[in-house]
Amino acid sequence: MTPLMEELLIAVVKVLVIFSVLLTLFSLMTYAERRLLAFMQFRLGPNRTGPYGILQPVADGIKLFFKEEVVPEGANRWIFVAAPGVALVTAFLAIAVVPYGGPVTVFGREVSLQIADPDVGVLFIFAVSSLGVYGIVMAGWAANNKYALIGGLRSAAQMFSYELSLGLSWVGVILLAGSFRLPDIVEAQAGGFWRWNWIQQIVAFLVYTVAATAEVNRTPFDLPEAETELVAGFHTEYSSMRFALLQMAEYVNMITVAALGTNLFLGGWLAPFTSLQSLGGIDLGLLWFAAKMLSVLFFFIWLRGTLPRFRYDQLMQFGWKVLVPVAVLNILVTAAVVVLLAGSEPEAEPVAPTEVGLRSPVLLAGPAGALG
Amino acid sequence: MIDAVLFYAFAALALGSALVVVGQRNPLYSAFALIVTLVSLSAIFALLGSPFIAVLQLVVYAGAIMVLFLFVLMLLNVKPEGDPPAGKGVLRTAAFLLVAVLVAEVGTVLWRATARVPPVFDASPRRVAHLLFSPQYVYVFEATSILILAALVGAVALARKET
Repeated sequence: MTPLMEELLIAVVKVLVIFSVLLTLFSLMTYAERRLLAFMQFRLGPNRTGPYGILQPVADGIKLFFKEEVVPEGANRWIFVAAPGVALVTAFLAIAVVPYGGPVTVFGREVSLQIADPDVGVLFIFAVSSLGVYGIVMAGWAANNKYALIGGLRSAAQMFSYELSLGLSWVGVILLAGSFRLPDIVEAQAGGFWRWNWIQQIVAFLVYTVAATAEVNRTPFDLPEAETELVAGFHTEYSSMRFALLQMAEYVNMITVAALGTNLFLGGWLAPFTSLQSLGGIDLGLLWFAAKMLSVLFFFIWLRGTLPRFRYDQLMQFGWKVLVPVAVLNILVTAAVVVLLAGSEPEAEPVAPTEVGLRSPVLLAGPAGALG
Repeated sequence: MIDAVLFYAFAALALGSALVVVGQRNPLYSAFALIVTLVSLSAIFALLGSPFIAVLQLVVYAGAIMVLFLFVLMLLNVKPEGDPPAGKGVLRTAAFLLVAVLVAEVGTVLWRATARVPPVFDASPRRVAHLLFSPQYVYVFEATSILILAALVGAVALARKET
């Protein structure tokens, strides 16, 4: 096999494995969420299909598959049909750059446990999640239903507002690691759980937790789907598989946010004590990663069982007047500390402006210098 | 090889959707097509070895700016354009002339251009930051940020007047 084919084969295998793991995790999440919520509310939850009701997601899948697909009268057909696809594609794109473990050696080749590893990994997730709004806006608008429209608008406004603090909360972590690459950020936290970012960057960690919950529209920030006011928000008019796709996009987004939080703040695949990293020569990184990510997912469900919903104006006030300033303050402090600890000048690379950039910097710098 | 295939695929997508932007009567579809164009351009940047520029293209244009376009179009419920008014012979002739000039220009550029692989350039975040904060650009950069801040304050002031 040529090296190119090998690369392609590895990539395809990775995509297939991660895709199927995500699908399984999605269906298990729907079951776990219903069961756990039920226990928190002194109910039993779905327990009829299979042992402990574990086959409930399968039954749900079959049901949704065979339901009639309805496109409401007066809806914009094209956009209505495209919206679930857009939502799902952006959800899966974001998780493509999230690493699940350190590099492993398979058949004498080093393979990194993530689909793609661009050196701007964190920024890529930010970019793709800003595209995620389209799916929801399209779904809400195309249905030609006022509840769906209001739900879609609320969702979009909320995602804008909290995306800002979400992105700002990453900056402190990026400053500490000195890299946008997610594996670098994880490796920078090596050496036991007290070196993980959630202690050094406790403010950013709290901001991330709040903003991430809002970004994936979970309680207490689930105003876009507030059933007492808006029926079901932007997916009111969706039925059958299209509804299932929208639902899947939401859960995949939730998994992305949990996996990203694990990598940024909880040390990714690193063990809490370095001695626990491997057992009998076998690296336990994947297990640690899974344990941390599942705990974060459980935390989301726990939140839903515990907290009441915000009011819309409270949500906006909190996002803009508390979270954003706190996140900016955190960046200022972190940057100052990083510079003070580094002491001397950061390594200066020679700058050759003729290679890249504007043709005549002097022309532009003149007026600007006068302004300054 | 695979780069070339991907490049042509995204180039075709960018061109096709750009044509839809211009040709479509429904402004909403135009906006969606423009998003597709911008995303394809971003993919081409990534293929050229500048993932940073690609990501910026997504964040700024495809993400932030186009969402505003879409919001306005959806909330104001802009109707599709009707047929152009008849009997504007002068306008039509002028349009044809201008298009002819444009086609001639593009034709000459393409005729003179020689096919070559673009030079490899380093547009990594580190490199861009070093350039931006080098003495040559740092004043422009900071001046721009002051300008944006002023625009921000102005927007808030304008919005408050309404209530």
